[in-house]
Amino acid sequence: MGKKKKTGQLHGLSDRTSDIILVVICLIIVFLVAYPLYYVLVASVSNPYDVYAGKTFLLPSGFTLDGYKAVFADKSIITGFLNSIKYTVVGTVFSVVMIYLSAYPLSVKNLPGRKFISIFFIITMYFGGGLMPTYLVVRDTGLIDTIWAMFLPGGVAVGNMIIVRNFFEHSIPKEMIEAAEIDGCSKWTTFIKIVVPLSKSIMAVMVVFSMVAYWNDWFTALIYLPGKENAPLPLVLRNILIKSSASASQAGMISGGYAELSKLTEMIKFSSVIVAALPMLIIYPFVQKYFEKGMMAGAVKG
Amino acid sequence: MASSKRTPAQTEQKSVWERMGDHWQLYLMLSVPLILTIIYKYVPMYGIQIAFRDYKSVRGMWGSEWVGLKWFQRFFSSPNCIRMIKNTILLSFYSLLWSFPIPIILSLAINQLRFKRFKRSVQTILYAPHFISIMVVCGMLRIFLSPSGGLINLIAGTGIDFLSEASAFRTIYIASGIWQDAGWGIIVYMASLANVDVSQYEAAKIDGASLFQRIRYIDLPELVPQIVLMLIMSAGNLMNVGFEKVFLLQTDLNKATSDVIAVYVYQQGIEHAKYSYSTAVGLFNTVVNVILLIIVNKITSKISEDVSFV
Repeated sequence: MGKKKKTGQLHGLSDRTSDIILVVICLIIVFLVAYPLYYVLVASVSNPYDVYAGKTFLLPSGFTLDGYKAVFADKSIITGFLNSIKYTVVGTVFSVVMIYLSAYPLSVKNLPGRKFISIFFIITMYFGGGLMPTYLVVRDTGLIDTIWAMFLPGGVAVGNMIIVRNFFEHSIPKEMIEAAEIDGCSKWTTFIKIVVPLSKSIMAVMVVFSMVAYWNDWFTALIYLPGKENAPLPLVLRNILIKSSASASQAGMISGGYAELSKLTEMIKFSSVIVAALPMLIIYPFVQKYFEKGMMAGAVKG
Repeated sequence: MASSKRTPAQTEQKSVWERMGDHWQLYLMLSVPLILTIIYKYVPMYGIQIAFRDYKSVRGMWGSEWVGLKWFQRFFSSPNCIRMIKNTILLSFYSLLWSFPIPIILSLAINQLRFKRFKRSVQTILYAPHFISIMVVCGMLRIFLSPSGGLINLIAGTGIDFLSEASAFRTIYIASGIWQDAGWGIIVYMASLANVDVSQYEAAKIDGASLFQRIRYIDLPELVPQIVLMLIMSAGNLMNVGFEKVFLLQTDLNKATSDVIAVYVYQQGIEHAKYSYSTAVGLFNTVVNVILLIIVNKITSKISEDVSFV
């Protein structure tokens, strides 16, 4: 009896210990993930000399918002920001519409050719024409330096389409669709009046996935949008972050000579990282539970 | 029987053409994505033949002169060919080796957290880097790795220019990849773990199984099919090294390890307008990829009979 109690206690204790160990491990991991972002945030409101002297590991030093002022005074960054918003909004609408237009018909079990068409789409996930043949087709269809080049060549996001198709198959009651059709609704009316309203949660996920993809995309623009006035934000940031060059408008703003300019260039690096990353970081937690479910539908057995 | 109403049996007897007629609106819906897919996915696939032609803009993709394997021979005899193949394979392989197990371990640990709120917060924070552009991540890397005043050098008290060190490139590439995507990678595993019957934990606890044993004997088996699937999918992308990051982190000084095929394809094609040559190199890359996919699929299907691919 006494012995039994003792083992019980032992397990209680070992459970608590393992809980604590787990929590500590998770805290360390969270720190490793979050700290780089926090560090850049702190650096973006600090004096860059203090940043480089190592005075800003935890808290800002020499608080200033000059970096952000410079970012929002920089014409190329503003243009890039507006371009990114434009591409993200139009691209997201386009992408979600394409996903829905293909996912719903393919979720209808008795559609002749359903399997063939699915495979037709899925193949494009694994094989493609490669960089140059695709580039040549895009060029020959006249999309270079137009907004269309940002999303038409991407076609349908097949992975996302499969997630939505699975959602339609499993989460929309067949009876409702049948009832609507018996009542005389056409396939299209059923789709608009029944399927779309019932799939708001998965639509939210698709909207977020598409938004993130378009907001962060720069490579498509690098190839297909050579015109400077069309560059999205990440491509503009390439000059600041990767090539480390100050733009002409920045240089014009500064009267204090090279030292001031280089100080400002450094500050802009920090604050532009925050400006580019923040919009998506604010949005995604709101749909976290939806995309977790959405991915579940795409997991094995889905 | 009333002719206006069909029984289910009669519905099944409808001919394919009749059924297709019933669904014409659905085909109309499909037509837009299908046409786009044909133009921008399948036409380029057909256009791969410029790898065997000498592409000239005036003569077009189908009319340019046929040159056979000329571009492939040129690639294999180029001085950096071996280095590029080696770098591509090693970068992908090490990347897979280090990044693959981490989401599995993370999800096993996070799944056992018992405080719901804390668990959700951990997950939310771990997802964050996935939502940041690679451009921004590379910008952050340049800030952190800067020889003068970069975070890493400040902590270590050194002044190393990491991006000029060929030996550091792979570590930078892989570590930042883990930082950005390991958190996101846990989602699919967490989804599988959600299937575990909680009563199994209770039973195991009564039998005196420790936390580690519960993970080892209850959680891990549940993940195996998903792990195999993810492994196959990653293997299929083994040669598709993250072009964007290599491109953004490459400097003249770290080329000994950062010179990979994908970047070369871009430079030859877009920057130097050698359309056919670039396509040939890209095609070689794709072929190797497909072969790897098949090999891994063979191996893994032996390991796990019940998971089949495609």
